Amino acid sequence: MAEQPAFDVPELKPYPVIPKLVEDAMAHSQPFVAKPNFQGPLGFPGELVDDWQDVAVKKMGELTDRYRSLQVFLDSCVKCGACTDKCHYYLGTTDPKNMPVARQDLFRKVYRRHYTFAGKYLPWLVGAEDLTEEVLDDWYKYFHQCSQCRRCSVYCPYGIDTAEISMAAREVMDSIGKGQKYCNEIIGKVHTIGNNLGLPEPALVDTLEGLAEEIEEDTGVAVQFPLDQKGADILLVTPSADFFAEPHVDGLIGYAKVLHEAGLSWTLSSHASEAANFGMFIGSYENMRKVALRIREAALDLGVKRIVFGECGHAWRVAYSFLNTLAGPFDFLDPNYPIPQHICEVTHGLIQEGKLRLDKSQNDDMVLTYHDSCNVARASRMGDVPGGQFTIPRDVIRASCNHFYDMPADTVREATYCCGGGGGLLTDDLIELRVKGALPRMEALKQVVDDHGVTHMAAICAICKSQFAKVLTYYGFQMDQIVSVHQLVSNAIILTGSEQEKEAELSEAA
Amino acid sequence: MPLEVNGKSYETDEEGYLANITEWEPDLADAMAEADGAALGENHWEVINFLREYYEEYQIAPAVRVLTKAIGKKLGKDKGNSKYLYELFPYGPAKQACKYAGLPKPTGCV
Repeated sequence: MAEQPAFDVPELKPYPVIPKLVEDAMAHSQPFVAKPNFQGPLGFPGELVDDWQDVAVKKMGELTDRYRSLQVFLDSCVKCGACTDKCHYYLGTTDPKNMPVARQDLFRKVYRRHYTFAGKYLPWLVGAEDLTEEVLDDWYKYFHQCSQCRRCSVYCPYGIDTAEISMAAREVMDSIGKGQKYCNEIIGKVHTIGNNLGLPEPALVDTLEGLAEEIEEDTGVAVQFPLDQKGADILLVTPSADFFAEPHVDGLIGYAKVLHEAGLSWTLSSHASEAANFGMFIGSYENMRKVALRIREAALDLGVKRIVFGECGHAWRVAYSFLNTLAGPFDFLDPNYPIPQHICEVTHGLIQEGKLRLDKSQNDDMVLTYHDSCNVARASRMGDVPGGQFTIPRDVIRASCNHFYDMPADTVREATYCCGGGGGLLTDDLIELRVKGALPRMEALKQVVDDHGVTHMAAICAICKSQFAKVLTYYGFQMDQIVSVHQLVSNAIILTGSEQEKEAELSEAA
Repeated sequence: MPLEVNGKSYETDEEGYLANITEWEPDLADAMAEADGAALGENHWEVINFLREYYEEYQIAPAVRVLTKAIGKKLGKDKGNSKYLYELFPYGPAKQACKYAGLPKPTGCV
């Protein structure tokens, strides 16, 4: 029983082609609307409020007042068209409303109608429109066809960031009672249980014990996964998918091995058992802050000196770019280390210092490429040199394996394509969008598979990993061709006192 | 959309997951599988029963490594991996098997 898609999977072409427009090609695509029980705990009305038009327009004004950037983005577009062919959802779906400028205009036309002089008095002249039911419908559909990856903003001469417009639109919709089930159910779970999965502490304990046993069986070394250990130096905050899913869990095993081998004192927290922060996806500062504060509370409670983040794309954006203003100041942490620090930075530093022994040949069954996750690539940095977010993960991969090839230059680093499932769209009710949105990445992958015999793609984002595990098969690849970066480290690392160390010594002596 | 089995009606969510886990009975799993064009054998039931036991204790579906380890113990080491679980449940063990077992759908970046 293979999964039969109810839609046409795009064909992989030898080189990218800008597709012909098909109006309303994705007009049927929309995620499930959140029921009142998922809306209430986030502070949103349970269902569409009676005077929703007025509330929405007022909210829009609040947001443009609050975020100067949003107003500038709405005012400054000159319709040059540079963004039109830059969105993976447009390239994969051919729907013109998935061109970034068209997506922005869905919001912009209502903004113009109510907040510009020309739009108030001469709406027909400036493309200003009222917020009708049809417009709201379009908002719900097409602001849930944007993964907030910010690729379009790289090519916009004004730097207009569609992600911020999309976040604002979602916040306006939440404020009138039209929220998205996937994101809002998850945020509710973080508020009550502490993570996206709803994984309670006893299950977390049981899962971590199992992983420690697994490492000991494989290596003979008792690597621990400390939980809620007061007085530990490092608090590791990682996406809960790392506890639950593959290949994520192999990355988590990798972090544990690295921290153990380096002799670092660390702990996970059952209170902050989630790095992800879906509050950003729905544009809700209040929810984003509430989620982020759990990390501060855990750090204070455990008395740690450092905070390190695991492999999670948007978590790293929130951590690197917003954490200090959201949940700071972090003056109680050790200023000798980056606040916060990425696990790739930690591993990279240890490799530089010669503190890790890596046997690259352990990954000789793979030829690797690397998928830059959008939020890491375009919304953050890593390390202390510009572009560190590109070079550090690649350096870690190269130190762990013998065979590595990058995908085409216009599909990596700051030009990277989204996996197709970011921004709160990683849900089965949007599977057609996810498959189609993955097209540009799949074409780039196909190229290095054909040219260099690449067998696996590594990533440092939980969403990317789950998305690829799902959509790779639609394009003729295997689900296990996506791996965690620290999974490669985990395979290669020679732990002191391990079976692997004994074998290495024996083969050296021979 | 409610699910009709043996003349009884069961409430489900938008994706066909049982709304109330305490209403679950084995015939429901068979009916859900039939709707997907599948039939449940003994090994499917090993997974479903383990999921239910685990959920009862922990109020969450087991993580993939917890599940593969438990199934490996019950059905033999060669079956203790996710490849085997995907053969049993092609839509994904976490989601499809949870649905048949009456558990809520796992949420998050999974």
